[in-house]
Amino acid sequence: MKRSTIDLWVGIFVAIGIACITFLSLKVANLTPQSSDSTYSLYAEFDNIGGLKIKAPVKSSGVVVGRVSNIELDTKRYVAHVTLTLDSRYQFSRDTSAEILTAGLLGEQYVGLTQGGDPDNLKQGDRIALTSSALVLEQLISKFMLSFGEKSDTHSGQNASAAK
Amino acid sequence: MFDFLVTPIRNLGHTMINAIWRLGSISHFLFSILIYSGQCLTRFSLVIREIYFAGVQSLIIIIVSGLFVGMVLGLQGYNTLARFGSSEALGALVALSLLRELGPVLAALLFASRSGSAITAEIGLMKTTEQLDAMSVMAVNPIARVVAPRFWAGVLSMPVLAALFNVMGIFGGYLIGVVMIGLDEGTYWSQMHNSVDLHFDVINGLIKSLVFGIAVTLIAVYEGYDATPTAAGVSAATTRTVVTSALVILALDFILTAFMF
Repeated sequence: MKRSTIDLWVGIFVAIGIACITFLSLKVANLTPQSSDSTYSLYAEFDNIGGLKIKAPVKSSGVVVGRVSNIELDTKRYVAHVTLTLDSRYQFSRDTSAEILTAGLLGEQYVGLTQGGDPDNLKQGDRIALTSSALVLEQLISKFMLSFGEKSDTHSGQNASAAK
Repeated sequence: MFDFLVTPIRNLGHTMINAIWRLGSISHFLFSILIYSGQCLTRFSLVIREIYFAGVQSLIIIIVSGLFVGMVLGLQGYNTLARFGSSEALGALVALSLLRELGPVLAALLFASRSGSAITAEIGLMKTTEQLDAMSVMAVNPIARVVAPRFWAGVLSMPVLAALFNVMGIFGGYLIGVVMIGLDEGTYWSQMHNSVDLHFDVINGLIKSLVFGIAVTLIAVYEGYDATPTAAGVSAATTRTVVTSALVILALDFILTAFMF
């Protein structure tokens, strides 16, 4: 086979390879070209973050407005210190509240932001003061079991007094 | 007196020493390929010619099998996911299983049987017909002229083929999930987009395929160069290439997965 034909085919081969890798990194993986000046970060403190992970979405009214960029434990007060990186197109007022929600019954956890009424907006590095922790299923169940136990206790107490 | 006891142990020792000896000789061979690689990088047209035979001619088998693996993943994944009411996660399932495991491993297995065996047969036949000796007589180093270009061509082709396999598989899953079953197109891509990470999944998959490329091509050129110069010897060497490559790919895959994920 002629040298130029081989060169042409190998050129096509390499072009296919580059196209495939570009497709995989742009369309399949979440490599979104996002410069740092179009985002700003806030932080929030939670008593319990449940199963929240780094890169979990931050949503407001169901729209993804940013991602969780860092999670660490504040060793002075023993609360979770969660850093949120938000798109600077979306601004939130200073009394915005953050809560950790679950998508579906067993889905992934995300941070939900609810806009407040304050005219001033949160700026880079500010703290979201109003937070509510994740619902942990085991704690819910144990609370339910406890209240159920108390109820049946009072029931048996009433029965005992009735028997008297 | 204890012959019935000693003989099996002696056989075991012999097998072990043989295996270690072969490992040493294959490492020595890799070392000499690397030493003589400079020559084939200055005459890159040799490598391009081998990329044509090893890589370009494998395109059809990679495209077709990638498409079918993706379609089967789509069908089976849909059936299982639908049972848990989470069929919208199909895109993530197809993409993750292809990128992390199936793409690199299956592409490497196909590459070993399609191109690895061809490389072994070619070099083995060159040895049988004394072409390699003739080169040495003419002061042309056969490792630099014959082995190194084939080695580099295989190493460079493998990641490209694996990436193509992944893309075709994801497209096959799309054909089944979205076009045939009728899942939402946006959900298919966005679920994939949300759960696939560039460094963790895509880059690690490419590293895997590069390692497999080195292993498969090294085994292929070594078996060819080491073949007994007879018709039966070349046939045995070709068989050994495919079998050893398959085992090495699967073992390396386990080790790499344990380290990466």
